[in-house]
Amino acid sequence: MPHHRLAPLSFLLLPLGLYLVWVIYPTFATMVLAFTNWDGISPSYDWVGFTNFERLFGDRVFWRSLANNVRWVAVFVTIPLALGLSLALALNRNVRFDRFLKIAYYLPMVLAFVVIGLVWAWIYHPRQGLINSTLFSLLSVAQSLGFDVNPAAARRIGWLGDPNLAMWSIIAAAPWQHVGYVMILYLAGLKTVNTELLDAGQVDGASPWQLFRYVTFPQLAPVTTIVLVITVIQSLRAFDLVYVMTRGGPFNSSNVLANFMYIEAFMNYNMGYGAAIAVVLFLISVGFIAIYLYRVVQQEER
Amino acid sequence: MRRLVLILVWAGALLWLFPIAGAFVTSLRTQQDISANGFWSVPREISFDNYSQAWERGRVNRYLVNSFIITIPSIIGMLTLSSMSAYALVRFRFRLNRFLYFMFVAGMLLPFQILMLPVFQLSNRLGLYDTHLALILFHTAFQLGFCTFVLRNFLRTVPVSLFESAVIDGASEWTIYRRIGLPLILPAFAALATLEFTWVFNDYLWALVLLSSDRLKPVTAGLSTLMGQFVNDWPLIVSGSLLAAVPTLLVFFALQRYFIEGLTMGATKG
Repeated sequence: MPHHRLAPLSFLLLPLGLYLVWVIYPTFATMVLAFTNWDGISPSYDWVGFTNFERLFGDRVFWRSLANNVRWVAVFVTIPLALGLSLALALNRNVRFDRFLKIAYYLPMVLAFVVIGLVWAWIYHPRQGLINSTLFSLLSVAQSLGFDVNPAAARRIGWLGDPNLAMWSIIAAAPWQHVGYVMILYLAGLKTVNTELLDAGQVDGASPWQLFRYVTFPQLAPVTTIVLVITVIQSLRAFDLVYVMTRGGPFNSSNVLANFMYIEAFMNYNMGYGAAIAVVLFLISVGFIAIYLYRVVQQEER
Repeated sequence: MRRLVLILVWAGALLWLFPIAGAFVTSLRTQQDISANGFWSVPREISFDNYSQAWERGRVNRYLVNSFIITIPSIIGMLTLSSMSAYALVRFRFRLNRFLYFMFVAGMLLPFQILMLPVFQLSNRLGLYDTHLALILFHTAFQLGFCTFVLRNFLRTVPVSLFESAVIDGASEWTIYRRIGLPLILPAFAALATLEFTWVFNDYLWALVLLSSDRLKPVTAGLSTLMGQFVNDWPLIVSGSLLAAVPTLLVFFALQRYFIEGLTMGATKG
């Protein structure tokens, strides 16, 4: 590598400038705004110290949103990971029509969250939706067979309207989109798995489960780390689905931090308060960003 | 055992396709029909009327054009600029090299909320609020993190001697970048462009933050307007959603290989 002074600058000036202005500066500026009472409209604002944070930690909506984010992460990490890995293992060998099967699982991945949110909002709709319609038809069949059931009851289930169901209904739609991504990464990872070790294990009489547990899975560890980090980051970014399907309602039962922040900042014009929520979200993310960076650093030293 | 696995994989695949297939069937029916008889009934009539309604009265035609107006320049911008930053990070030794690289990587994982308010403020001050340019600039800038990350790691696999021979010939760095760097990056461009197309095209949050005029909205934001316009007419809303998905679906089917390559490049070579 040559040692220049100006050449790197001439290449970096534009991209770096843009990045500093639109990504790096805003990150720090939000941290400053979090200590002000800016309303988004007034040209000036006052320094209010930790007031926003004090209010935030006493805000029930905040704790509710945080708890929902934790639920989201818990579901988002386990289900897509287990399904994606299983599918990758199943489709890693010669399977007929594997292209069709893969496409089926990949498809939701290219859809906008808004599209997914609307399609699932339809699926959950009490009268016109897929789920209640299916329940209604099943109950009708049962009724005609002489069972004492009331099909009309199926149409009263408000998947998105019931505070106890709304959050889980939204979360259930998310893995539909995410499984394909996890599967792609594991399929790529499986290509790098040392087959000699697998053969040796087979000769030694290891069971398929043992082979997976002690040979394949450990070799997939780098992929697993990436999948976990990306999945958590994605969960914390969860906004579109919630905003489209319920706006966080009913009664904040399906609120998440990203949506809470947007509503406070852009609907209620509490920009300073919104900034404080963003800072908390950022602090939660930092740990996971650090894990990712650590891996990148390791890769550099190899 | 093997057979059971296959049956499960097939059942799962059909289950996975079901929401889209079901949405498509619903989009061909009328709201009255679906409300009265439910999904599992023989449609009384089949028509593409919902699509033409969503397309014209729901203005999906206009919104889709906006999406392209935002997406295409963003992609050109981010690929051009990230090829420059990646080239600089791979080709030159300077003090902040590693630091800048890590900064680009960390930036791509930021929660969007930490950027929203200052980005909104900035676009207001620059007079860019409620213009497509604001979105194009922001998408370009934000995606520089991911693109630089991918392209830098891609370029690093190129043997240094390729560049050295050009230096000996007395070519300037910009000439080397254009004649040797860019052609080498080209295969990665295809993968990145495919992936970024779906990401930028599918963006909703930034369109909410940076635009207010309905006539400027991309299709994602337009769909929420459509939902308000045709309250409770789910066959029509679903039709609009499916129309909005057509471009990304087409790109995916046409360029599937690149799409997958882009995803794995970003994640496994990191």
